Amino acid sequence: MHLIYPAILAALLFCTGLYGVLARRNAILVLMSVELMLNAVNLNLVAFDVWLRDELHAGQALTLFTIAIAAAEIGIGLAIVLLVHRNRGTADLDRLRDLREDETTDGTTGATDREQKAEAAS
Amino acid sequence: MSTHGVALASGAHGFLSPTGVEVAFLLVGLVTLGAAVLTVTTRQLVHAALWLVVALGGLAVEYLLLTAEFVAWVQVLIYVGSVVVLLLFGLMLTKAPIGRSPDADSGNRPVAIAVAGAAAVALVWVVVDAFRRTWIDLRGPVQGSTEVSGEMLFRYWVLPFEALSVLLLAALVGAIVLSRRGKENEAEEPRRKEEAR
Repeated sequence: MHLIYPAILAALLFCTGLYGVLARRNAILVLMSVELMLNAVNLNLVAFDVWLRDELHAGQALTLFTIAIAAAEIGIGLAIVLLVHRNRGTADLDRLRDLREDETTDGTTGATDREQKAEAAS
Repeated sequence: MSTHGVALASGAHGFLSPTGVEVAFLLVGLVTLGAAVLTVTTRQLVHAALWLVVALGGLAVEYLLLTAEFVAWVQVLIYVGSVVVLLLFGLMLTKAPIGRSPDADSGNRPVAIAVAGAAAVALVWVVVDAFRRTWIDLRGPVQGSTEVSGEMLFRYWVLPFEALSVLLLAALVGAIVLSRRGKENEAEEPRRKEEAR
């Protein structure tokens, strides 16, 4: 089998996941897109492991580890999303803006804030 | 030896005469990619999770075609069996709207399309340029059977495997700690809410 079939499929799946992470608004849909990206990496690992006929089968071992870590990640991520939803009443990423810089003022306060932070850090 | 083998292999294969495995891989890959695109574009949140099942199942079939049987069944068990169920639980617990929701995509959709398109073009170009003349030899003994996987996992990768179990335990404890309320918070929260009113 030609190697570029799995390689191209993995690249396109990764980019689909990338689009989902950037464009989706619901936090759980973003987690789904992250899963797609991880799966693209898994496909690459398996394909290259089969191509190289590695004695240690490092690619397949890493694939199994990635699957386990993805399961752990989805558990923790969903717990965090549920906590945010319980505290704020929403899982929309666009509405979680507590840490943004204040855009209503004309920028001078932001500059002074930054100077104060720099002084505090030094 | 490897360059010689690659040269021989590229001589034995025609570029435009796909084998049966390649045709099957291509068809399943198209289904997988279409399901993935629908997952990230559909406006119905529950349908996104169901299309994700199709995409992950398609990937399991691709693993089977690449003779990685054990990874394929682990994929079916863990992703299709548990991760998607967890995601559906999450969607329902956050009261996701059933039916079409008009605000499923955020405002930076054009930027996302641009970034993903540029990444796709760059990656596909590099991959095609690098692996144009490379063929996977699928003949010979199966490389991903349960026997082979168990042997490599418990002979060469025992220590990472055990570390992984510790990581899973930490994730389990972390999820429980995150999702249960502290007792002192529980007593204070109603009062705080009334004060906020």
